[in-house]
Amino acid sequence: MTTAMSADERLGPVPEGFDRHAVEQFLYREARLADEGDYDAWEALWTDDALYWVPVGGEGGDPQNQMSVIYDNRSRISTRLKQLRTGKRYAQSPPSNLRRLLSNIEFLGGRRNPEGDVDLEVGANFLVIESRSRGLRLWGGRATYRLRRGGPDLQDLQLAYKKVVLVDNDQPLPTLGFLI
Amino acid sequence: MTSVIEMIQHDKVHGSLYTDPAIFDEELRKIWYRTWVFVGHESEVAQPGDYVRKRLGLQDLIMTRDRDGELHLLLNRCAHRGNQVCDDAKGNASAFRCPYHGWTYRNNGELVGFPFFKGYGQRKLDLALGRVPRVDSYHGFVFGSFAEEGPTLLEHLGAAAGEMDRLARLSPEGRVELTAGWLQHQTRANWKLLAENETDGYHPQFVHGSIFGVTGSTIGPLYSDSSLAVTRDLGNGHSENDLRPEFRKFAEPMRWFGTTESRVPDYAAAMRAKHGQEAERILIEGGPHVMIFPNLFIAEIQVFNIQPVAVGECIQNSTAVQLVGAPELNRRMVSQCVGSVGPAGMLLADDTEMYERNQAGLGSLTPEWVDVRRGLNRERVDENGFTIGGATDETGMRGFWRRYKSLMEAT
Repeated sequence: MTTAMSADERLGPVPEGFDRHAVEQFLYREARLADEGDYDAWEALWTDDALYWVPVGGEGGDPQNQMSVIYDNRSRISTRLKQLRTGKRYAQSPPSNLRRLLSNIEFLGGRRNPEGDVDLEVGANFLVIESRSRGLRLWGGRATYRLRRGGPDLQDLQLAYKKVVLVDNDQPLPTLGFLI
Repeated sequence: MTSVIEMIQHDKVHGSLYTDPAIFDEELRKIWYRTWVFVGHESEVAQPGDYVRKRLGLQDLIMTRDRDGELHLLLNRCAHRGNQVCDDAKGNASAFRCPYHGWTYRNNGELVGFPFFKGYGQRKLDLALGRVPRVDSYHGFVFGSFAEEGPTLLEHLGAAAGEMDRLARLSPEGRVELTAGWLQHQTRANWKLLAENETDGYHPQFVHGSIFGVTGSTIGPLYSDSSLAVTRDLGNGHSENDLRPEFRKFAEPMRWFGTTESRVPDYAAAMRAKHGQEAERILIEGGPHVMIFPNLFIAEIQVFNIQPVAVGECIQNSTAVQLVGAPELNRRMVSQCVGSVGPAGMLLADDTEMYERNQAGLGSLTPEWVDVRRGLNRERVDENGFTIGGATDETGMRGFWRRYKSLMEAT
């Protein structure tokens, strides 16, 4: 796992207190909001130090000096969504029809976060079916998420990190206008 | 319509130029496998033994640097039975061994051995990997030409070489690298729609209005009716949007990059140390926005390599410019470039949507022609003899088609 944030930080043990059912429900919800283009609700999932990364060439190199399909911090996530909300983001206007499946959900470990707590790192395989006028396209791969606890009873979950490794990210990819 | 030549008129071109597979095949022979075509950058094969797979037209190439430091563009085809000798996208190897029967080639293309030589009655055969016969580079940008003879690279580049000089001059050491890796964006459109669009100053406000609006970008006005920028036909099919008149108007260093000098102090200091008084002008005027026929587009901070695949398909390869001696700027350039280009880019994904809808639209039977007359009424010749039009005029496209026509006229 190489990211700018955690290059020098090892993956620790799975932190205590994350309920598997709640985590799965959170991931399914994130997937549904992305499928349905519910940009406000999707944006609300993210922490302020969010990172949304779609590398090329397998796991990707150092995103600070290598090209990525997407490498958005919180500010750029906001810009991306504002552009989508204009309705003039032609790559997604008209929007794709989407449905995705998540499976093989694994608790991978823990990452210390800037707030001094430990985020849960979760992996999942995914398959997205996208329908546009250019035809049907399958997007498949592995996503790695980092979930952070918050709220009064530490029962609320937020998304701090999502890395999406497409199986064909070493090949030419068509326009990816939706939230993957 | 009897010939390609009649399909290209001074103010319109025929739609079938974008849709007819026979014309695409003719382009491969007369353009892609004849003129100089951009392939990659020397910095991608920095060390002896480095290699990287590339495409020139439909040809699968291995760009190699041999032990003496010389560059080669080798065709990825074993001289025995035609199998591919190289599978990896890049790496470092002194030789390539065909997996089929073990024939082995040095990274300069020479056949060095084959197993069980008794079956040939000799240890040497007069065979080698195919190669692009002419390879040359300018500021490290590597071009290949399948024509054994013809204009030199510098003759081909002509005035566009000066724009590449402008790019290199943005480095405190005068050197550009392309080391950030390439995004490959599959595009279901004819390659010429992209080449024409690269210096089309008419579309940005419409296609990119969504991103300009939400970011408060200063790019939009550069391509407005009141812009001082000009579209210049640089000759040989090359063209540029010369934005310098707009940047001079504001006279703010680094405005071209959407920032200020105070945000990139180390870079600005290095440039001022290197260029003295001249640095102010360089930092105000910024980088070129130039389309170099047929497939190299340099858009200030990013470089595109347009690769044809079929009459209705091409691949846009894009990467960030990296300036030697400017780490502060390089990181920002990668970040900006990642935000802008590629399959999810906030600019290029929308351009690509237009290319694909344009290709689909061109399948309609009427009207048969595509109009390229915009700005003919106000075109003029600048002090250096180049035809220029307004910021939103189709002067660049007409230059593209003139060159295209002259190449397609050849037998």
